Amino acid sequence: MLNYELVVIGGGPAGLAAAIEARKNGVQNILVLERDLELGGILQQCIHNGFGLHIFKEELTGPEYAQRFINELLEMDIEYKTDTMVLDISEIKTITAVNKQDGLIQISANAIILAMGCRERTRGAIRIPGTRPAGVFTAGTAQRFINIEGYMVGRRIVILGSGDIGLIMARRLTLEGAKVLAVAELMPYSSGLTRNIVQCLHDYDIPLLLSHTVTDIRGKDRVTGVTISKVDQNLKPIPGSEKEYQCDTLLLSVGLIPENELSLQANIKLDPRTGGPIVNESMETSVEGIFACGNVVHVHDLVDYVTEEAQKAGAGAADYIFEEITEKIPAVPIVPQEGVNYIIPQNIRIDNLNGFLDLMLRVTSVYRNAKICVRADEKTIKEVKRPHLSPGEMERVRLNSNIMKTIRPKTISLYIDGEKTQYAI
Amino acid sequence: MEKKRNMQSKELICTACPIGCRLTVFQDEKSENWFRVEGNSCKRGINYAIAEMTDPRRILTSTVKVTNSHYKRLPVRTREAIPKHLIFSCMNEINRIEVITPVRMGDILIDNIASSGIPLIASRNLE
Ligand SMILES: Cc1cc2nc3c(=O)[nH]c(=O)nc-3n(C[C@H](O)[C@H](O)[C@H](O)COP(=O)(O)OP(=O)(O)OC[C@H]3O[C@@H](n4cnc5c(N)ncnc54)[C@H](O)[C@@H]3O)c2cc1C
Ligand code: SF4
Repeated sequence: MLNYELVVIGGGPAGLAAAIEARKNGVQNILVLERDLELGGILQQCIHNGFGLHIFKEELTGPEYAQRFINELLEMDIEYKTDTMVLDISEIKTITAVNKQDGLIQISANAIILAMGCRERTRGAIRIPGTRPAGVFTAGTAQRFINIEGYMVGRRIVILGSGDIGLIMARRLTLEGAKVLAVAELMPYSSGLTRNIVQCLHDYDIPLLLSHTVTDIRGKDRVTGVTISKVDQNLKPIPGSEKEYQCDTLLLSVGLIPENELSLQANIKLDPRTGGPIVNESMETSVEGIFACGNVVHVHDLVDYVTEEAQKAGAGAADYIFEEITEKIPAVPIVPQEGVNYIIPQNIRIDNLNGFLDLMLRVTSVYRNAKICVRADEKTIKEVKRPHLSPGEMERVRLNSNIMKTIRPKTISLYIDGEKTQYAI
Repeated sequence: MEKKRNMQSKELICTACPIGCRLTVFQDEKSENWFRVEGNSCKRGINYAIAEMTDPRRILTSTVKVTNSHYKRLPVRTREAIPKHLIFSCMNEINRIEVITPVRMGDILIDNIASSGIPLIASRNLE
């Protein structure tokens, strides 16, 4: 059996930044395991720009952002294995993996960082009626086909879902000569960034149909058309509103789900709101010594935040290895209330805090002129003004650890105070 | 008497920050910049609107064919933003070239794409 101080599962931006940070904090014996042929994760197929504005103050493409971290990892001589799939992890931190060179390998680790990312929801997850012809892809699969394999997925396209990947693909397909007929979105607002709506749809005159959904797919071998219907306030299709589109391809951009089969095998507790592990101030899961970061914890829209979260997990794992965090002390829960969908971390051990504590959250609906409020026990201790809040955009609230150490609350809760709006772009 | 003015206007969404103010831009010779902007919540909105009306630019990203590697495509970008109206001329040039590996991130692949004065560069290393 191989033995490492730290094993990182997943070589995407989260895994890379976590491994680099752990090394910077003194961990020598690190192994990164990646099932793909190369490091970089999903960023290698996200060839568009817009990454790194927060961290590098410049606009990088996905591969450029990944390359910077890959270079740093190589310079630090951190060990990694690509084309290596992790099959199982146990509560006692034994990892089973497989690759062509070594066959089946067993590794024991003092600490583990989970950085497996997320996967896309598929048609099965949303149940569209109709036939099952070829030509229905998730937006991410289409992205991989076009940007990595160099294979065009179709000529006349309808996209269901206005998440960022769908918007990015609408532009990408148009640039490659396809006609994108429409992007249909079930909700009355888009979950994508405003910037993507402008630069990917408006720039190319692609219609965004809010409060619409695909109600039928036609075609025997290949898609020949789809039906799009308007939906009512309860998101039910309105009879008589059907419109037919002749297309050869339907892309689904209907959300991402954290990839947590391995976490479940290790008996790690998941948060039903995020679909990812419940974590504490050090990004440690409910199993001692197993940490998590990036999209495996919750779906991020900015990779910059993935990197920051991963650095926290890397530093946390280093502290754990060097026994610099106190494990067996009660944790204070951080509870989402009115208007807040979820918060990361879900709990904190106040004695382990130092410097700032960043809380990441998503709201439940669109707000204008709102405040994000933090309550410690019964008292509101912080209010952050936000002219605009949307479920599509992750928010961050920064708390001062010293204040937490002084007031030592039993619970912390977050709520939104503001006007709800249902505006549409 | 007030002269009849050309009141051509255009609706825009400001993308300079995530708030996304809905802007209306009026052509107006009397204004300092020939344009009058409404709906912005801060000054950046005015600059955004004027840039969009006079010289809208975008960074263009795409891929080019790779001939001698097990990778089939190399991701590329324009080093800086190019005028928006040149996007499809750039795509024509991008689709005509093929690269031979190894390539380094930042290598120039086309010096002056679509006569924009801006180079097309590789956005990753490829062995
Ligand atoms: C299709 C798609 C497109 C996206 N586009 C954008 C975008 O345009 N902009 C943006 O900011 N964000 C985008 N995202 C979100 C993006 O995923 C995150 O910003 C960021 O890449 C998350 O980093 P990560 O390291 O957590 O996950 P990932 O980049 O997904 O990396 C996870 C890695 O873990 C590996 N892995 C998983 N399971 C195992 C296993 N069992 N054994 C070994 N290795 C394993 C995977 O192969 C992968 O390389 C996109 C996500 C998807 C799914
Ligand atoms: S006008 Fe100012 S506040 Fe409004 S979107 Fe633009 S930058 Fe943001």
